[in-house]
Amino acid sequence: MSTPTVNIEDEKTGETIDAVYEHPFIVRLCHWVNVVALFVMMGSGLQIFRAFPSFGAKIPQKDLLHWPKAFAIGGWLGGALQWHLTFMWIYIATGLLYLGYQIFSGNYRQVLFTPRDIPGVWPMVRHYFFFGPKPAASEPYNPLQKHAYTSVIGLGVLSVLTGFAVWKPIQFSWLGWMMGGFHLARVWHFLIMWVMLAFIFGHLVMVVLHGWNNFVSMLTGWKKEPEYPTQ
Amino acid sequence: MNRRELLKLTPIVALGAFAIPKFQKPLLKAGLGFSDLMSAGFFRPGHLARTFSDSELTPFSQFPVNDYDVDDPGVEFDKWTLTVSGSVAKPGNYTLDQIQTLPKYRQNTRHVCVEGWDVIGRFGGARLSDFLKMIGADTTARFVTVECADDYYETIDMASALHPQTLLCYEMYDQPLTPEHGAPLRLAMPTKIGYKQAKYLTDLKVTSVLQRVGYWEDQGYSYFYGL
Repeated sequence: MSTPTVNIEDEKTGETIDAVYEHPFIVRLCHWVNVVALFVMMGSGLQIFRAFPSFGAKIPQKDLLHWPKAFAIGGWLGGALQWHLTFMWIYIATGLLYLGYQIFSGNYRQVLFTPRDIPGVWPMVRHYFFFGPKPAASEPYNPLQKHAYTSVIGLGVLSVLTGFAVWKPIQFSWLGWMMGGFHLARVWHFLIMWVMLAFIFGHLVMVVLHGWNNFVSMLTGWKKEPEYPTQ
Repeated sequence: MNRRELLKLTPIVALGAFAIPKFQKPLLKAGLGFSDLMSAGFFRPGHLARTFSDSELTPFSQFPVNDYDVDDPGVEFDKWTLTVSGSVAKPGNYTLDQIQTLPKYRQNTRHVCVEGWDVIGRFGGARLSDFLKMIGADTTARFVTVECADDYYETIDMASALHPQTLLCYEMYDQPLTPEHGAPLRLAMPTKIGYKQAKYLTDLKVTSVLQRVGYWEDQGYSYFYGL
């Protein structure tokens, strides 16, 4: 990785420490906008779901689950749709900016899980879940992290595509067809949200475990004393 | 260095405007307006909604009845006419017989409700585009608006009004419309969401100027809502 590294002076101790510029501005911008956008999309999506909390017929209607109104955004179906249809454009724009930047800058190498990363998966799993030794880090993201981030970005793309299949089943009929039909598209759209929530939960756990320097790097871009060797 | 990098993220705080009550309503209105603009852009006039075989139809008894106040506004069928006004060459009152002289189309199409459910129904009637021709409508006007016996009202963009599957519907499942499904005349337009399919039509106007949009739209729902 060609991560630029500098020596900086610690404000408190006066010691010289390493720091790397890990997250470019566009990535950080997209990350935090996306935090807001996903929060609104999920909250309003759950309110929309409350209008027909089922995946079957209307008559007779069998409800799947009654989601509490307190954990939803918009107050009523019309209000939730306003939030959902407004923030979907912010969500899409952020996603396009992020993907475009990653591809054209080459920064995607930091997160993209490739076959090269496969051998490193098992040692990381052993470390995280079975108290195995910590594999030596050679780049910002370990193979398991890359797998998680690559997957969740893929899920983000799918959340938009399934959304369009539900919102525009006629103009984008090919999307619905690819997803196994209009009804399944709605099921996928709903399931993707839960998988993303599971990712977010795991992500937050890891943020807490990895400490302050790691968290700050998503704000300022700079990570002090990285765990991996830099040039 | 760190502080400057952090400050670069401050534009994100602008999203906080959505949390301020004073800005929230206009911002969401603008967002919905943008969404409708995109929707209109996605609409392809010649692209047909999928049609289904008779075996895929939802049984008539399981076709939901959604109304906002009454199941039957008590239309007197023998006195009923459709009052046509606006940018048309031949305004006036049109009887159901006159509308039924136009070619009849039957289609099995999906009816999608904004709530999230959908059914496949069989609809029969005259193409709205044929009727617009009959009344000499100026199709460069922007909207077709309708008013209903139950005081419901709707606005359809001209492009969607001219779509070949947009019907002035007087039959469902090959039978004359029943009171709860909008007798004697309703809109059936598979390219639009359910609440655009107004029932119990009494008035139709071709216009480019709107005083109001639609019963649900004026409460905050999307105006275009094309599928």
